[in-house]
Amino acid sequence: MSGNIYVYITVSALVSFAVRVLPLTLIRKKIENRFLRSFLYYVPYVTLAIMTFPAIIEAAGNPLAGAVALAVGIILSWLGAGLFPVAVCCCISVFAAQYLLALL
Amino acid sequence: MGSDIGKEIREGLRDGLPIGMGYFAVAFSLGITAKLAGLTPIQGFVSSFLNHASAGEYALYTMISEGAAYTEAALLIAVTNIRYLLMGAAFSQKLRPEEPLLSRIAIGFGITDEIFGIGIARKGYVRASYLMSAFILASLMWASGTACGIALGNVLPGSAVSALSVAIYGMFLAIIIPPSRKDRVVGALVLLSFMLSYGASRMPSSVSGGTRTIVLTVAVSALAALLFPKNEEGGEER
Repeated sequence: MSGNIYVYITVSALVSFAVRVLPLTLIRKKIENRFLRSFLYYVPYVTLAIMTFPAIIEAAGNPLAGAVALAVGIILSWLGAGLFPVAVCCCISVFAAQYLLALL
Repeated sequence: MGSDIGKEIREGLRDGLPIGMGYFAVAFSLGITAKLAGLTPIQGFVSSFLNHASAGEYALYTMISEGAAYTEAALLIAVTNIRYLLMGAAFSQKLRPEEPLLSRIAIGFGITDEIFGIGIARKGYVRASYLMSAFILASLMWASGTACGIALGNVLPGSAVSALSVAIYGMFLAIIIPPSRKDRVVGALVLLSFMLSYGASRMPSSVSGGTRTIVLTVAVSALAALLFPKNEEGGEER
């Protein structure tokens, strides 16, 4: 720990606020630059993918349970399940995998 | 006009409740990460209410755990929240042209993936009273979920905590996988990002996780934007 939690919270709140509010108040015209538009389109998927793997494997506490959660999450999302059902099923699958592994 | 606003508020609360219930569960899992970073339930509530962004907050709590520089934390939160720039730009087309500045600021503050989703789905112009009532209800449940996760995360047995801590990744998967199915470029990028992220995490280096995320995100997205630019409708240019 090298920083103050309140400074982190303030910094994050200001950045989150600016990112959300600036386009609605300043940019009233459509972004015309195709590279910039494409870049903004791809960023969310890339950054979420990077943050998901391999972190999900480590978070599950056991590599096998983590792999199961990853597979369950990908399959259910592929089939069109919503955010909440996918999140809950990932949790249940880790819990079940841990339970089964303990039996072995 | 009075009953009109009342109707907007009622519908906002009606649509905000199921969103808030989902938020509570995911935020609980986020609270476990926040606890590892040393946050108190009140700090968790405040940071969650102010940020109300799963990926951005996850980044924030990880940065606090790592003791990252403030500028590095600010940059990573900006990158993880950059989709709100896009949503804000799209949302500006759904607001009445005469929508006052203060109301635009409030609506902007309330943008989340789900609030954006229900707002875009409204017929005609979307009203601040509708968006704000949905947002306030949902975000209070989100913030309470984080506070509960911090307070109760250590009461639960370890196996339950590790099971709950994957909820946030499940939510991330539910955001990135459906577009990967529809758009092959996105699917390939997700796969590439998985591999690069894994590779980077195995590399012995002094670079922090947050910086790796920023560098990889900007590099992969810029490359994709050069090779596969999108046309007006967001479809692929041929």
